[in-house]
Amino acid sequence: MNKFWVILEHTYLEKIKSKTFIIMTALLLLSVVAAVNFQSIMDFFGDDDGKDQIAIIDETGFIFEPYKQSVETLDEELELVEFTGTEEDAKSAVQDEEYDSLVVVELNQENLPEATYFANNITDSSTQTTLQEQLQNLKVAISIEQTGVDEATIQEIYAPISFDTVALDDDAKTMEEMFQAQGIVYVMVFFMYIVVILYGQMIAQDVANEKSSRVMEILISSASPVSHMFAKIFGVALVGLTQILLLVGVGLVLINSKKDELVGGMLDSFGLVNIPMDLIIYAIIFFLLGYTLYATLAAMLGSLVSRAEDVNQLITPMIILIVIAFLVAMFGLGAPESTLVTISSFIPFFAPMVMILRIGMLNLPLWEIGLSIGILILTIMIMGLIGARVYKGGVLMYGKSGSLKDFTKAIRLSKKEK
Amino acid sequence: MTLLINNVTKRFGDFTAVDNLNLTIPKNEMFGFLGGNGAGKTTTFRMLLGLLDKTEGEITWNNDSISYDKNHLIGYLPEERGLYPKLTVKNQITYLAKLRGMAKPDILPELEKWLERFKVPEYMNKKVEELSKGNQQKIQFISAVIHKPELLILDEPFSGLDPVNVEMLKEAVLDLKEQGTTIVFSSHQMAVVEELCENLCILQKGRPVVQGALREIKRSFGKKNLRIHADFSLEFLKEFPGVVKYRRNNEGCELQILNENVSQDIFQALQNKGFIRKFDLEEPSLNDIFIEKVGASYE
Repeated sequence: MNKFWVILEHTYLEKIKSKTFIIMTALLLLSVVAAVNFQSIMDFFGDDDGKDQIAIIDETGFIFEPYKQSVETLDEELELVEFTGTEEDAKSAVQDEEYDSLVVVELNQENLPEATYFANNITDSSTQTTLQEQLQNLKVAISIEQTGVDEATIQEIYAPISFDTVALDDDAKTMEEMFQAQGIVYVMVFFMYIVVILYGQMIAQDVANEKSSRVMEILISSASPVSHMFAKIFGVALVGLTQILLLVGVGLVLINSKKDELVGGMLDSFGLVNIPMDLIIYAIIFFLLGYTLYATLAAMLGSLVSRAEDVNQLITPMIILIVIAFLVAMFGLGAPESTLVTISSFIPFFAPMVMILRIGMLNLPLWEIGLSIGILILTIMIMGLIGARVYKGGVLMYGKSGSLKDFTKAIRLSKKEK
Repeated sequence: MTLLINNVTKRFGDFTAVDNLNLTIPKNEMFGFLGGNGAGKTTTFRMLLGLLDKTEGEITWNNDSISYDKNHLIGYLPEERGLYPKLTVKNQITYLAKLRGMAKPDILPELEKWLERFKVPEYMNKKVEELSKGNQQKIQFISAVIHKPELLILDEPFSGLDPVNVEMLKEAVLDLKEQGTTIVFSSHQMAVVEELCENLCILQKGRPVVQGALREIKRSFGKKNLRIHADFSLEFLKEFPGVVKYRRNNEGCELQILNENVSQDIFQALQNKGFIRKFDLEEPSLNDIFIEKVGASYE
């Protein structure tokens, strides 16, 4: 056990001190800062002269005031200005960029407003839409008024309809919860995908490096291959944890300092406010199990190659497994109750991602979650045993490598021949 | 404190790498392990270290089987040198010594001592990849002995070193032996083995073909070497009864003869033939023995 800690400490410290780690973490931290300050950055690069001024030529004589009011309350970035000159003057003013655009409002034969929009380019569709929609509303109001309907009736017509959704199954999640869960699950699955690929590769590469530099034979003559393998797996896990904690810590501090700006923004749309506690705990459990499973697989594969360059070739099947799991989980976001998703949540290599999706999206009986966790733990133990076997033989195996046939060869090398 | 290898066999599928090997290596002895390429030396070492499981038989050190909880008693220099290329000598040795159960404060002074001894104290903070191959080998050797093992296994310790470094390493090995370390080593350099070992074993296809004390082996080999330098042609000795091998050189010839008595017959035959500058009867060299025992099976 003592050796285990020596290897773990060494793996951890060497990784933390490596240039790759420092640069990668710095870049990630930078992107966290950028993400949190997304709004300010957008504002900074946005129009620094403040509001977009839109010239209005009002030939109706009564549209401008209500129009200005309704547009400006909807979009604070827009400012409507009445233009009193000729249409030609107004157009050249737009061309000289005194105004962003020009709207000419007239009355047609039915005494209803119609408008023409002029701008230097018409790519800014959101401004156009706002201007059009508000004018449309005014037109509706005017035409209703013209038919002689009284004010109260108009109010009634405009009042929003009451539309409640009620799930009849008591256990079913409300729409709001569903939506929130989708966001959380999406983030978790994606996170797991990235971490497993990143750190799985790191482990496989590390083992292969030790093998190709032939230091492995000394290492496993000092400590048993099994403790070496698991020390490596957990050492790298700690590296990952350090990185994640750094990112999350910095993220949280920044988010807290800007909470007012962010609530209702990006965080809300991902459902990242008020995550239910049990989902977080399940996520951590499945994340750890998933990592351990894939890391064991990665260490085993890494032990089979004799040149570091061959690692990628050999871990391809593992990457494919993760990608399939990821795709099933993404599919499950839209159809969490499909048979494919249900079955996948009990297949060990898919379970970490797919089961957390089901937990988040559905109300599962406890035994299903327990069964999935049980299957995962059992698989990890079996993989650990096989992995240790392959590892023990694999680290002594040199020569042409890169095929899965080496599995059997490695296992044979590690056991007694009778 | 005896290393006992008892009826040890290792098979890989149908291939038998080590076949029923029996060896007893007492404490404080330097034991030479010879054999052609692929004779089973490294496999035997790996079994000694527990890297490979034995198919049959047992190996004990001090009447106890060797397992990982004893590895602080064992030092190992593998045939394929292996160090972390990117680590400094200091970090490297610290890590490897810790794995051999050394406490951290003891490591640095010991490392300084060894670097001093190998005349490379300036390498302390250098990365291993910056060192020459021979100097890497010194570092590798330090990693095998820094924790003062009772049993030291050296697989080809002298290959790839220049003569000065070979001497330096030989000195170090002899010192360790004097301090009570039991040393098992393999080498292709027969001269070195002859110089260092009292006992040895020559493996051939996993089986010992020669085994025992060096002096005994030489005596029982029987054949002797005879070196003659003369001014006249010695060609006729090729067919002389009792001559096994005839090797011509620029000053005369070297003969391998069946036994001492043959040399006296040759001495008689050479008389009155001309001027003889050298007539030298020698013990067979380990090289001769090796070539005869191992080479025979190549034919």
